[in-house]
Amino acid sequence: MKLMWFHLMPYTELPEDFREANPSVWVDIHSSLFDPKRAHLMYNDFMDELEYAAQVGFDAVCVNEHHSNGYGLMPSPNLIASSLARRTSDTAICVMGNSLALYNPPTRVAEEFAMIDCISGGRLIAGFPVGTPMDTCYAYGTNPSQLRQRYMEAHDLVVRAWTEKDTFAFNGRFNQQRYINIWPRPIQRPHPPIWVPGGGSVETWRWCAEMDYVYCYLSYYGYKAGRATMDGFWAEMDRLGKDRNPYHAGFLQFVGVGESRQHAMDLYGEAAEYFYGRCLHVDARWATPPGYTSEGSQRAGIESQVKKAADSNVRGKSTGERMSSVAREMDAIVDNGYVIVGSPDEVVEQLREVATNLNVGHLMLLLQFGNMNKELCRYNTRLFAEQVMPKLKDVHAQWDDRWWPQPMGAAERAEIPAFGPRLAAE
Amino acid sequence: MSEPETLTVEVNGFPTRIWRKGSGPKIGFLAGLGGLPRWIPFLDELAKQRTVIVPSLPGFPGGDRGHSVLDSHLDWLLAVHELLEKADLMGADLVGSSVGGSLAAEMAALWPQSVRKLALIAPFGLFLDNDPPTDPWAQRADAVPGLMCADPEIWTALKTAPEGANSIEWPIEQTRASEAAARIFWPLGNTRIEKRLRLITAPTLLLWGEQDRIMPHGYAEVFAKGIAGPSATQVIPRAGHLAELDQPAAVAEAILTFLG
Repeated sequence: MKLMWFHLMPYTELPEDFREANPSVWVDIHSSLFDPKRAHLMYNDFMDELEYAAQVGFDAVCVNEHHSNGYGLMPSPNLIASSLARRTSDTAICVMGNSLALYNPPTRVAEEFAMIDCISGGRLIAGFPVGTPMDTCYAYGTNPSQLRQRYMEAHDLVVRAWTEKDTFAFNGRFNQQRYINIWPRPIQRPHPPIWVPGGGSVETWRWCAEMDYVYCYLSYYGYKAGRATMDGFWAEMDRLGKDRNPYHAGFLQFVGVGESRQHAMDLYGEAAEYFYGRCLHVDARWATPPGYTSEGSQRAGIESQVKKAADSNVRGKSTGERMSSVAREMDAIVDNGYVIVGSPDEVVEQLREVATNLNVGHLMLLLQFGNMNKELCRYNTRLFAEQVMPKLKDVHAQWDDRWWPQPMGAAERAEIPAFGPRLAAE
Repeated sequence: MSEPETLTVEVNGFPTRIWRKGSGPKIGFLAGLGGLPRWIPFLDELAKQRTVIVPSLPGFPGGDRGHSVLDSHLDWLLAVHELLEKADLMGADLVGSSVGGSLAAEMAALWPQSVRKLALIAPFGLFLDNDPPTDPWAQRADAVPGLMCADPEIWTALKTAPEGANSIEWPIEQTRASEAAARIFWPLGNTRIEKRLRLITAPTLLLWGEQDRIMPHGYAEVFAKGIAGPSATQVIPRAGHLAELDQPAAVAEAILTFLG
């Protein structure tokens, strides 16, 4: 299986009383809480951490896009990805991703992803999220009633821009562009693998199946809460007659590795409580712009509540509803499965279970979270790489990952000065 | 309160509800935020003296998913104009509240012959940087009733599913109403209607709930100054943004008096 190292880039110095003193970590978080000089250090730490993860052998490093967000300092993940393209050599670069409807014209996404693919020698995974309500409708002002249609149209535009050989006119409902002809073109043919992070909507599952894209469930609530969504995805794949190749799916999981479970609880408690307490403090008024949730998903959500289905805790609930009922103390955070902690072997055991039960071949790991400092992050990352990763590599080995980047051969690639990959033990 | 007659017309392929009640000269009503999931006392007040005709706006209750094919402002204006024609409201008096008020004003501006006299209750369409409207789409659910009405219970009662209603489709229909308003007015409520106000020649009454917590009173002045025809402004005591819900009799009386 693939083990991917994901960074959200949280601002690590939100005050202790952040929850009580502020309405929201997202959209209207106050500028006085942001110290650019501290952020200088944070960004550089975070980029060191991503590079370190690549050095110690993770299959991919992952970045994502958020706007006006105190736990996600990457309005443009492409900036980080382009730096990673120069500072890593064989690791896949997963941009998870660009919220297509926010780019006008969306041609910009086709261009920037093609640039990253070229610079990295064909190592890009192209993530296409719709984007959260906070990012898209509020911070960026996109009309919630048009967001999904704009997303679908932008997707069509980007894929055509990557694949059509001649200059073409795009005559869309929302985008009209007379001359589309991007330079550069992506290295990967026909284009970089497309992965779609989504919630639990049947429409998204069907679309991923139809287009043969990887479906990713990026929840902060761990494998227990995520089970129902992944079961739903696989049930839909069964209905559509698709095989159960686990590489058709991705899943996000927080992990803290220590010498023992108690050691890990002690090491990571503060960072986890910082994340679930301060970082997920989102004002409910940003959660449900009308039209953001499709009527099909609303219907499914209401029906599942009516039936009191086991999965109603996650599916069909708005982000705000989910966030307001979040566990914030370390014991509950671990009990609920938000964060997996333990000795290396205990983590191995739990992650094998996650990968098997959820049938996921792409595990995206958050080994830095909340206000975790660089030293602890490196410890967690290194312990995972040295003592957990080797014991997970065989999981799903019988399946072929058709959705992984196909880079240029090493001999063909540019030599990057002043950087050579080092082994885990430094 | 007797039931209105219900007609269905098609706009852009979507079945659209038109209520009709009373006798006498025709008067049309375009509802505001949230639309009309049920008949309201204000319409009965108008029906005492007039034939009241209430077409549902696209996407609002009774308007199916008509909003979903309207991508531009022109699309919206043409759909509403077609709706007025099909509702047999050409040349009649027209009342609009909130988002419906903005569309009523547009009708009078673009097709002056289609509106005899106009009454606007706290219409949308403008955005003043120094006095912005409240964002109706970024609110916690429990705050909404108090923003729509001076008496929150009135809004809650309007939006509560009646016995026998489909418990799944009813809430979806209410969300759809909010989406439809957002589709045309997101994110600021600003359709730059100020550029078209000078085309309104119909005599116009501007009504504002004294306790409107969405649209500041200052907007009445901008509308009054911009409209070419004669206008009058009146504040309705003990009323919120949707003044016709809070004070049906007082709002109806003000309108009927103005229309003569």
